Amino acid sequence: MNLATTATTLAANEASQHRPLIISLFAVFVVATLGITVWAGRQTKDAADFYAGGRQFSAFQNGLAVSGDYMSAASFLGIAGAIAIFGYDGFLYSIGFLVAWLVALLLVAEPLRNSGRYTMGDVLAYRMRQRPVRTAAGTSTIVVSIFYLLAQMAGAGVLVSLLLGITSDAGKILIVALVGVLMIVYVSIGGMKGTTWVQMVKAVLLIGGTLLITFLVLLKFDFNISDLLGTAAENSGKGAAFLEPGLQYGATGTSKLDFISLGIALVLGTAGLPHILIRFYTVPNAKAARKSVNWAIGIIGAFYLMTIALGFGAAALISQKEIIESNPSGNTAAPLLALHIGGVDSAWGAILLATISAVAFATILAVVAGLTLASSSSFAHDIYANVIRRGQATEKEEMRAARWATVFIGVVSIALGALARDLNVAGLVALAFAVAASANLPTILYSLFWKRFTTQGALWSIYGGLIVAVGLVLFSPVVSGDPKAMFPDVDFAWFPLKNPGIISIPFGFLMGWLGTTLSKEEPDTGKYAELEVRSLTGTGAH
Amino acid sequence: MATDAPPPSKEQHRLPSTEEFAEVQQSAEFGELRRSFRSFAFPLTIAFVAWYLLYVLLSNYAGDFMGARLFGNINVALVLGLAQFVTTFLIAWWYSRHAAAKLDPKAEAIKTRMEGGA
Repeated sequence: MNLATTATTLAANEASQHRPLIISLFAVFVVATLGITVWAGRQTKDAADFYAGGRQFSAFQNGLAVSGDYMSAASFLGIAGAIAIFGYDGFLYSIGFLVAWLVALLLVAEPLRNSGRYTMGDVLAYRMRQRPVRTAAGTSTIVVSIFYLLAQMAGAGVLVSLLLGITSDAGKILIVALVGVLMIVYVSIGGMKGTTWVQMVKAVLLIGGTLLITFLVLLKFDFNISDLLGTAAENSGKGAAFLEPGLQYGATGTSKLDFISLGIALVLGTAGLPHILIRFYTVPNAKAARKSVNWAIGIIGAFYLMTIALGFGAAALISQKEIIESNPSGNTAAPLLALHIGGVDSAWGAILLATISAVAFATILAVVAGLTLASSSSFAHDIYANVIRRGQATEKEEMRAARWATVFIGVVSIALGALARDLNVAGLVALAFAVAASANLPTILYSLFWKRFTTQGALWSIYGGLIVAVGLVLFSPVVSGDPKAMFPDVDFAWFPLKNPGIISIPFGFLMGWLGTTLSKEEPDTGKYAELEVRSLTGTGAH
Repeated sequence: MATDAPPPSKEQHRLPSTEEFAEVQQSAEFGELRRSFRSFAFPLTIAFVAWYLLYVLLSNYAGDFMGARLFGNINVALVLGLAQFVTTFLIAWWYSRHAAAKLDPKAEAIKTRMEGGA
């Protein structure tokens, strides 16, 4: 047994000695959030309550909830891990994830709030033929959300194997199932109200936990960031290169392209994520939507700045070997950092580890609830009510469909979650961003701003972007032909990049344009007048 | 924390007719609102995406420049990365100021008139 394994086992042993504490912290969060859920469920009477939390949240509350919805296990576990292993290259995630909010702020949040009701499909189908466009919007919402869910499930599996020393597949699947069941309960009972409160609580916990660790890391280096970086570079064994771009992506021309592809996907993905978009319906009007994005940019920006301390702190204080052996993609770097900063053999270290792990667990649950809500509302509102029932379903029937969809999506993501457990969580989320940027963003922008855009254009951009993005992922080294792939033992990867964005995003835009110029039908100018005036003024907004 | 606006009423606002929407869309007042939104948001979007891509490209192809140390272990790459944070905060603030001063009053006037019905 080498040194690193010893340390990791030690971590697990320390954790297991304090297992009652860890389990109590998890339990406190679960019980508190279930309480919130039941309370919110009692207040959920009509569809606007279930889908949009009654549209009564304030801009600050929603900003907090948006942050809670957005800062996922990818941000917390994934980015910290990517920085801890690859140094500066991991930091790109933080930057891309933040800058992306400007697209949402400047182009999407307010028009969407003004012209939609419950889902992304409301806006995409506004001036189009309802059934085909809603089917497409629902499909893409569910696909993007499931990609994202996969990442969260992988994060949950990782946490538990570290904390409880469970490395068996059965143990991991059990915890993934537990997360799945909880999210089904949160969403089907609490609806958007319950989910929003869970996300607010989680945002406060995550910011609090991150501040604490950041403070302790900086304290160790007397608040000298240059020292922290220097120690990280030295301890990583890679020297100054650790602080420069290129360690992960600089090796070859292909990997450099991959870096660009990832960068584009990150910056254009956020404004196409359905679980983020539906949050703008929870505030009274577009002005409040704008303010909630501003709050979110502040909170999220502060958090991503602290990922520097988390990632480089882990690199400075823990050996590379230990980080990698604990999880090949570095996903456990943040909890390990908590353990080390408190002292590996001390109770204080174990308490910090337990706290940070509970925060990560809360993070995963809140994001997973948001994703499930987005996909089940889209199923119920877009596909069931408007496609299957052709707008004839009652609100009661629609909400019942949403609850059943929640159960179904929960079960699907539990099943898929087990497959993805060794992939870097941030990398997986980047795929969801690529799909969102390829299928959803072009269609949203064309719908809002291009007079001539037609139903055929919308269908081509959604399906074109979706199929190419998902197809390229399927044939990429993420799925096969790489030791870290989902199926490492087979190789059908002919697409060299791990992120498809550089091809699939322009393709989505191109298809929207091509579908429109080649379409035989005339655009519905009357409906566009309605959409345009509504989206800029809020006239008739719900 | 409260927002500026009262919660929306449960009853439906009067939704103007298609003709009214078309008329407003063609009006000079709405044209001006659209122009002051688009002429601000579109170029700014292109600008920050370009600035971000420049940063990504520099990371990829200008390793020596990015690795140059400015003080201690702080190099150009880190400073440029932090600059992306700063510009994001500034642009968010700038847009919100523009929207509050130039867009909201115009939008509000049109909305009130249309929903009031005339």
